[in-house]
Amino acid sequence: MSVNEKIVSDLVANKVEFVTTVPCKQLAGVIEKIDECKDIYHIPSNKEDEGMGLCAGAFMGGKRPAIIMQNTAIGVTINTLVTLTQYYRMPLPMLISYRGELGEPVACQVEMAVHTKALLAQLNIPTYHFHHEDDVNEFDAILKHTFMCNKPVAILTDASFWKGY
Amino acid sequence: MIRSDILRDITPVIRDHLVVCNIGLPSQELHLIDDQPTNFYMLGTMGLSSSIGLGVALAQDKKVISIDGDGSVLTNFGTLPTIANNVADNFILLIIDNGSYGSTGDQPTYAGKKTSLTAVARACGCEQVVECKAEETKQVLEDALASNKMTIIVSKCESGNIKVPVITMDPVVIRDRFMTQVKS
Repeated sequence: MSVNEKIVSDLVANKVEFVTTVPCKQLAGVIEKIDECKDIYHIPSNKEDEGMGLCAGAFMGGKRPAIIMQNTAIGVTINTLVTLTQYYRMPLPMLISYRGELGEPVACQVEMAVHTKALLAQLNIPTYHFHHEDDVNEFDAILKHTFMCNKPVAILTDASFWKGY
Repeated sequence: MIRSDILRDITPVIRDHLVVCNIGLPSQELHLIDDQPTNFYMLGTMGLSSSIGLGVALAQDKKVISIDGDGSVLTNFGTLPTIANNVADNFILLIIDNGSYGSTGDQPTYAGKKTSLTAVARACGCEQVVECKAEETKQVLEDALASNKMTIIVSKCESGNIKVPVITMDPVVIRDRFMTQVKS
């Protein structure tokens, strides 16, 4: 099973039926698998805070949501994470491409990478970092943890995990 | 008519449905006029009423009305193409368009100048878009509910606010009682 197939399979096994995405080159493969999955309603968003609004609504409507986005989105979504997701105590798995790490060809991506973990720590968001391919084996437990504690949870996935892109 | 007049007018129509209400004065006014467990009040996060409402509508079958403002829709403009391309016939977006940022002191918005939210919604691909005068809102809303078609309503009204207290209810209580109504 490929990493992308494993991620989608774990989402389905954990009854995540509503996934919003804002694309990143590293995430293209998993987004394609999400789109093909008949058990998941895939709703692309135009901006990540919009996506978090959709996820909040889906959760209150009775569906487990998830968002897939790039780490630059942390800069876009801090207010939404704090005053919507956290304030109303809603679960939200965030599968995040961790751009700007080893293997990154675009210098500007490093500028946000250096802030990513600090911002997540400041927000008290439980954060996991997938660096090796085998790290994906924790994804199932992270999803269970997220829906147990009703918090936004970040899964940072770097270029080494995606084997370049 | 100002926004609070419209809210007073439409409460008998929206009371029995799930309502997601915009941050600031709109939520405070609705809470004062007719607090219901079916109301989800936004206490933060400007702009996301339409996104939250669409999410609720896509996740279950009950009708959902998002009450939004022109300023908030301008803040989250990307919502209109998302709504257009993810049709939920149990969803109504009511944009109370007073041409101003009411909660922050009635500063004018571009919707009160050259920009028509009705035209934008249509250009984004929303199929049933109705622009109406404030006093027509109740009837337009009833028609939209009866049509069982996703509808965007742009209700043009005057700018102005009434004095209302802030909502002190705990956010988790607001969320929990709303979710209980979703499941009922």
